[in-house]
Amino acid sequence: MVPISHVIGLSALLFSIGVAGVATRRNLIVVLMSIELMLNAVNLAFVGFNRMWAGVDPTHRFDGQVFVLIVIAVAAAEVAVGLGIVISMFRNRDSVNLEDVSLLKW
Amino acid sequence: MSAPAVLFYAFAVLAVVSALGMVLNLRNAVAAAMSLVVTMVSLGGIFLLLEAHLVAVIQIMVYAGAIVVLFLFVVMLLNLRSDEFAPGRQWLTKGAALLLVVAAGAHLVRIVSADLPEPGPPPAGFGGYAQLGVSLFTDYVLLVEMASLLLLAAIVGAVILAKRKID
Repeated sequence: MVPISHVIGLSALLFSIGVAGVATRRNLIVVLMSIELMLNAVNLAFVGFNRMWAGVDPTHRFDGQVFVLIVIAVAAAEVAVGLGIVISMFRNRDSVNLEDVSLLKW
Repeated sequence: MSAPAVLFYAFAVLAVVSALGMVLNLRNAVAAAMSLVVTMVSLGGIFLLLEAHLVAVIQIMVYAGAIVVLFLFVVMLLNLRSDEFAPGRQWLTKGAALLLVVAAGAHLVRIVSADLPEPGPPPAGFGGYAQLGVSLFTDYVLLVEMASLLLLAAIVGAVILAKRKID
């Protein structure tokens, strides 16, 4: 099997791609997808570290995987609410461009 | 190089390429969602290689099966087209993205060259549903209850946000 540092490196790479997506894209749906990508990168780090420490400490063998399951539940909830916001924003502004919702911007 | 290692690097390249395809795809939101599916499925494969079997199955079921379908549903419902960079601030966003990528690359070199302990053989039943289920319903039962409450709140919130006002 590959060294765990490569798994963590892949996780960091995917996370930075997600951050770049959130920072540069203006389509609200693609921004939400980039957030999902970041959550997935963190899940990969959890699973990798969990695999690394498995067997070292028998009382906490599944912590990382339990956290991944909870993160997936949170991600599903976040997507449901986020897409609800997208739909109501499209109804009110006829657009999903983030530049069109700058009411709170100074 | 052993077979799992070859598979890992293949999945890793696939995940990175499709993630880039999602972020850089300026023309078509449906194609971006499809790239996201490829990323999720290859991450599921990597979870399998790391012997997290239940997590891999749930990853593919929930992400590729539910979340991306929700994205596609909204994209097609709203009939969305391309999006552009904001006019006049293009240099700012591009500069920020470049800075982020450089910083991430520097970090990446540090992480990959760090020597973490070598993972030994996993204990029996590692990553299966039996022990993970026991763990969820004994040590983490409060977390499971909180997740159920969160999902309930998300259902109610999504319905309230997306419904039409009926007078």
